[in-house]
Amino acid sequence: MSALLEIRDLVVSYHTRSGVVPAVRGADLAVAPGEIVAVVGESGSGKSTTAHAAIGLLPRGGRVESGSITFAGRDLTGLSDKQWQQVRGSDIALVPQDPTVSLDPVRRVGEQVAEVLLVHRLVPRRAAAAEAVRLLRTAGITEPERRARQYPHELSGGLRQRVLIAIALAGRPRLIIADEPTSALDVTVQREILDHLEGLAAESGTAVLLITHDLGIAADRAARVVVMSQGEVVETGSTREILTAPAHAYTRELLAAAPSLSREPLRARLDAGPDVLLAVNGVSKSFDGRTRVVDDVSFTLTRGRTLALVGESGSGKTTTARMVVGLETPTDGTVTFDGNDITTLGREELRLLRRRFQLVYQNPYASLNPRFTIEEVITEPLRAFGVGSPAERRTRAAELLDQVALPSSMLARKPAELSGGQRQRAAIARALALHPDLLVCDEPVSALDVSVQAQILRLLVRLQEELGLTYLFITHDLAVVREIADHIAVMRDGSVVEHGPADTVLTTPNAQYTKDLLAAIPGAVAPDPIR
Amino acid sequence: MSSLAPPNAVRQELGFYLRRPGLVLSGAVIVFVLLCAVAPELFTSQDPIAGVPAERLQGPSAAHLFGTDETGRDVFARVVHGAALSLRATVLSVLVSLIAGAALGLLAGSRGGWVDSLVMRVVDVLQSVPSILLSLALVTALGFGTTNVAIAVGVANLATFARLMRAEVLRVRTGVFVEAARAAGVRWTGVLARHILPNSLGPVLVLATLSFGTAVLEVSALSFLGYGATPPTPEWGSLVAGGRGFLATAWWMTTFPGLTVAAVVLATNRISRALDGERRLG
Amino acid sequence: MTNGVPRRLAQAVVVLWAAFTLSFVILYLLPGDAVLAKLGGGEGGSTVTAADVARERAALGLDDPVVVQYGKRLVAAAQGDFGRSIATGEDATTLVLNALPSTLSITGLGLLFAVVFGGAIAILGTYTRSRLLSQFLASLPPLGNSLPPFWVGLMLIQVFSFDLGLVPALGSDGFSSLVLPAVTLALPTGAIIGQVLAKSLRTQLDEPYVEVVLAKGAGRARVHFGHVLRNAALPALTLVGVLAGNLLAGSVITESVFSRDGIGRVTASAVSAQDIPVVQAVIVLAALFFVVLNLVVDLLYPVLDPRLAGRVTAKAVSGV
Repeated sequence: MSALLEIRDLVVSYHTRSGVVPAVRGADLAVAPGEIVAVVGESGSGKSTTAHAAIGLLPRGGRVESGSITFAGRDLTGLSDKQWQQVRGSDIALVPQDPTVSLDPVRRVGEQVAEVLLVHRLVPRRAAAAEAVRLLRTAGITEPERRARQYPHELSGGLRQRVLIAIALAGRPRLIIADEPTSALDVTVQREILDHLEGLAAESGTAVLLITHDLGIAADRAARVVVMSQGEVVETGSTREILTAPAHAYTRELLAAAPSLSREPLRARLDAGPDVLLAVNGVSKSFDGRTRVVDDVSFTLTRGRTLALVGESGSGKTTTARMVVGLETPTDGTVTFDGNDITTLGREELRLLRRRFQLVYQNPYASLNPRFTIEEVITEPLRAFGVGSPAERRTRAAELLDQVALPSSMLARKPAELSGGQRQRAAIARALALHPDLLVCDEPVSALDVSVQAQILRLLVRLQEELGLTYLFITHDLAVVREIADHIAVMRDGSVVEHGPADTVLTTPNAQYTKDLLAAIPGAVAPDPIR
Repeated sequence: MSSLAPPNAVRQELGFYLRRPGLVLSGAVIVFVLLCAVAPELFTSQDPIAGVPAERLQGPSAAHLFGTDETGRDVFARVVHGAALSLRATVLSVLVSLIAGAALGLLAGSRGGWVDSLVMRVVDVLQSVPSILLSLALVTALGFGTTNVAIAVGVANLATFARLMRAEVLRVRTGVFVEAARAAGVRWTGVLARHILPNSLGPVLVLATLSFGTAVLEVSALSFLGYGATPPTPEWGSLVAGGRGFLATAWWMTTFPGLTVAAVVLATNRISRALDGERRLG
Repeated sequence: MTNGVPRRLAQAVVVLWAAFTLSFVILYLLPGDAVLAKLGGGEGGSTVTAADVARERAALGLDDPVVVQYGKRLVAAAQGDFGRSIATGEDATTLVLNALPSTLSITGLGLLFAVVFGGAIAILGTYTRSRLLSQFLASLPPLGNSLPPFWVGLMLIQVFSFDLGLVPALGSDGFSSLVLPAVTLALPTGAIIGQVLAKSLRTQLDEPYVEVVLAKGAGRARVHFGHVLRNAALPALTLVGVLAGNLLAGSVITESVFSRDGIGRVTASAVSAQDIPVVQAVIVLAALFFVVLNLVVDLLYPVLDPRLAGRVTAKAVSGV
C-alpha cells in the first residue's frame, strides 16, 4: 500500500459532562504522497474531527475510540505526547480555519514562523529569522522583511492566512491538513490563497487533505473527494466520478444543493415591471464625517421582483440595506418607498410604515429573542400594531408556520430548541406576519449549511410567487445570486460598479471587478454535473 | 428537553443534585441559618444574653456545642441568635446595592448620552475608593449600628451592580433580536420592557447572590471593628471580636463564630456559581 | 500615545477631585455630628453646653454655608491640607503620612505573597495534567475569598504564636512580626489574582492560535509559557489598582487584629471618634493610590500589548 496517510475504521467521540457524543463512526480514507484529497460534508458530518484526529489535536474531551491512523507506515493512534510533537509540524502540518484568530496576537509574525524551525531544530537560532522571511516570501507575501516584524493585527485576513501557510510549510511536511482554510475570507481572496496553496503543494510534492463544506472548492482543487455525513464516509471516488456519477443519495443531494455548481435559476427571471416600489436615489453614508461607507448609490426595485445587492465585506451593502429599512439615516440622498421618502419621516410615521417592509437577518441564532417562544416571536409584529385578538394572532401564527413549512407544534418551542434552518424559517414567518410588500434579506442563508441553504432559497422563491413579494437580497455569494435574482447590483468600496439584468451581469459583465468575482466562484472548472 | 415526560424530568433533576453533594450541603447550610434567623428557639433553649457564671470559659461539650464565654454564656446560642441580626443586615445591604445599582445602570444604559456619562463618572469614583473604606466613611457620617452598617456596605457596593446592569443593557440593546423587534415596528418602550430588561437582568441577579457572600464578610468585618450592634446583643462579627482576649485560653470563642461566617459565605458562593451556569450546562 | 499622556493625567486629576467631592458629600453633608461626638465622647459624660458646641463648630468652620465650606476645603486639600484632627488636634495629613511607612511594609509584603501564591496556583492549576490537582488548585481561590480576614488573622495568631510560638503575636517590631499580617492581607488579594489569572489562562488555552502552536510541534511548556501566559497576564494587569486599594483597605482589619500601628489603625480610631478630617485624608489617599497605579498600568499597557501601541488605549483608568 503506497498511501501516505491511511485512516481505517476510525471512531471518535466526545466525552462531555452530559455523556458520550459520537462524532466519527467508522471513517476510512487514504491520501497518496503528493495528492490533494478533499473531505466534503456539512457541519456535524465529522469531517473536521477526522482531520484533527490525524494530527492528534482533537478538541477537549475528544477521544479516538478505535480504528487506526497510519502515516508513512507508522500507526499514530498510540503515540506519546513527545512522539506527536515530532510528527506535528515536520511530518504533518495544519492550516486552520479562521486566520484572524489563529496567530498569537502579542508575538511578531516572523517569530511565529521561525518557531517551527526552532522547535524542530531545523536551522540554527541565528538563521531562523532570515529563514522565516524566506518562507513568508514563498507564501506569496510581498515585503516579507517588513511583514515579519509586524504583529498579526496589522495584517489583513488574507495575509494572515498566507502567514499560516508559511508556518505550515516551514517544517517541510509531507502532508498538510487544511481545515476550511478560506471559509472566513472574501471570495476573491479565497481563490488566490487556494491557488497558492495548490501551487506550493505541487512544487514540493506535499499532499493536502482539504476539509471543506463547499463541493465547488473540492471540485476545483482535489483529485479525489471523500463525502462524509453524520460521522460516516458515504462515498469516496475521483472528483470526476463524484461529480458526474454520484452513487450515494446524500452525495446527489449535496450536489443538487451546492449553489456554486448550479447553472439555472430557481424560477424564470423577470423583466423590470412597471410598478416601482423602492427607489434609492444618490444615497451616501458616513459614520465619521470623512470616509463614505456608502457613496452615491442609486437603484430602483419594482414590485414582485428580486434585486440582489452583491459585494464583499466592507463594500457597503449591509449599510445600504439598513438605510433602506430606516435603521440608519443617509448622510445624503433619498430612499423612497411606494411614494414616501422614508428619510424625512418622523419616528412614529416611520414605525407605521414598517409594517410594509420587513427585514430578515443573516444570523438566525441572534435575531430571535432567546426567552420568547416561537409563537411570541412570530406574533410580536402583530401585537406591536395591535392586529387581532390574542386568539386570532395565535391562528395567524399557526398559518404563518404552515407557510414556511414548519409544524404548528413549534409554536411552543424556544429558539434554542430549533435548528438553524428552522430558526431562519421562523424569522421569515415573523417578517411575513404583517403582509409586507418588501422583504430585505441580509445574507439570509450564509450562516446555514448548503442543503439547508437550498431549502431556504426555494422557500423564499415559493413565497414570492404565492404572495407577490418584492425582495432586496443582500449577499456576498454570486452563486446564490445566480439562483434567485432578476437584477443585480454589484457594490465595491461603497459604490455600485455594475447594475443590470441578472443574465447580462452574469454572462457579459462590464466591470473588471464583476469578472473577478465571477471567476472566483468555486466549481467553475468542474465538469457540468448531471442534475 | 422540556418535552420530556415528567418522571424522567424528575429523575434528571435528582441526578443533577446527586452529582453535586457540595451544592446540596450549601443549600442545607443556608436553610439552617435562615431558620436560625427566624426561629432560633428551634435549635437552642439557652439564653444568649444572660450567662451562668459557674459555667464560664468551658470548652465545647455536649451541653455547650461551641463552649461558653467569659460570663458563662453558651456560644452556640449566641451564634444562633446572632443570625437574625447578621442576616438582616446582609440582606438589607444586598437590596440597597441591587435596587439602587440596577436602577442607575438601567438609566445609564437605556438613556445614553450625558445621563450615561454622568452616572458612569459617579460609578467610577465610587469604584476608585476601596469598598471597606467607603463604608467606613459612611459609618462615620451616619453613626454606628447594624442598620447603618448595612446601608454603608450596600452603598459601597452598588457601583458593581450599576456597571454590570449598564453593560448588560448595552449588550442586549445592540443584539440583533432587539433591532429585529424595532425593525418589525415595536415601540421603544416595548422593546425595553419585553426584550432588553428580561434579557439583561439575569446576570445582575446572579451578581446579587454572589455579593451576598461579600456582604456577609463586610458586615461582619465592620461589626468586628465595633461599629455594629452594641455589646450584649449577639452578632457574628462582634462575637469573633469578643473572643480576641481569650485566644490563648478559649480558642472556641473565636473559632466557631468565624467558621459560621465562612460556612455561610462558602455556601452562598457555591449556590451562586450553580445559578451562574451549571444549570444551563447541565 | 504621546498626546495621550496629558489627557490621562487630566483624567487622573478629575478622579481625585471627584473622590474628594464624594468624601465631602458623605462626611460633611450627611446627618451626624462630629462635634457632639468629640465633646460628648470624653470620659465621665461631662455636660456639654450649647455655647461649647457653637464655639467648637465655629473653630472647625462648620458654620459657613456649604458651598463656602466646600470651596475652602477643596483649595486646602489641593495643597495637602485636610484640616486638624477633631480628636487630637494634630494635622490630619501628617497623622496619615506618619502612619504610611508601617502600612506600606505589610501591604508590600502582602502584595508579594499574593502575586507569588495567586500566580503559582493559577499557572500550576492550568498546567498540570492531573485532574485532581487541577480541581484542588481551582478550589483554593474561592475558599480564600470566603474566609473572614479578621478571623483568619486571629487563627494565625492562635496557631503560630500561641500553639507553636514561632512569631510574635502582636506589635510592630522586626521582620517576623510582618509575616502573619502580610499573610492575612495576601489571602483575599491572592485569591483574586489566582481566580482572574486562572480564568484568563483557561480562556487563552481555548483560543485557536494555541492549536496552531501545537500543530507546529511545540510542547505544552512552550505553549503555556511562550504564548498563553503573556496573553493571559494582560487582562490581569488591569486589576493592580483595585488590588492595591484592597490591600490598603485590608490594613484596617489586619492592623486592628495584630495591634500594629499604621493607616488602618489610624482609620479605625478616626471612624470610632467620627474624626472627619482624618477619615477624609485616608479616603483621598486611597483614591490617589488607585489613580496613580492605574495611570502606570494604562501607560504601560501599550508597551506590553502591541495591539494597543500607537493607539489611544481604552479607558483603563475608569475602571475594571
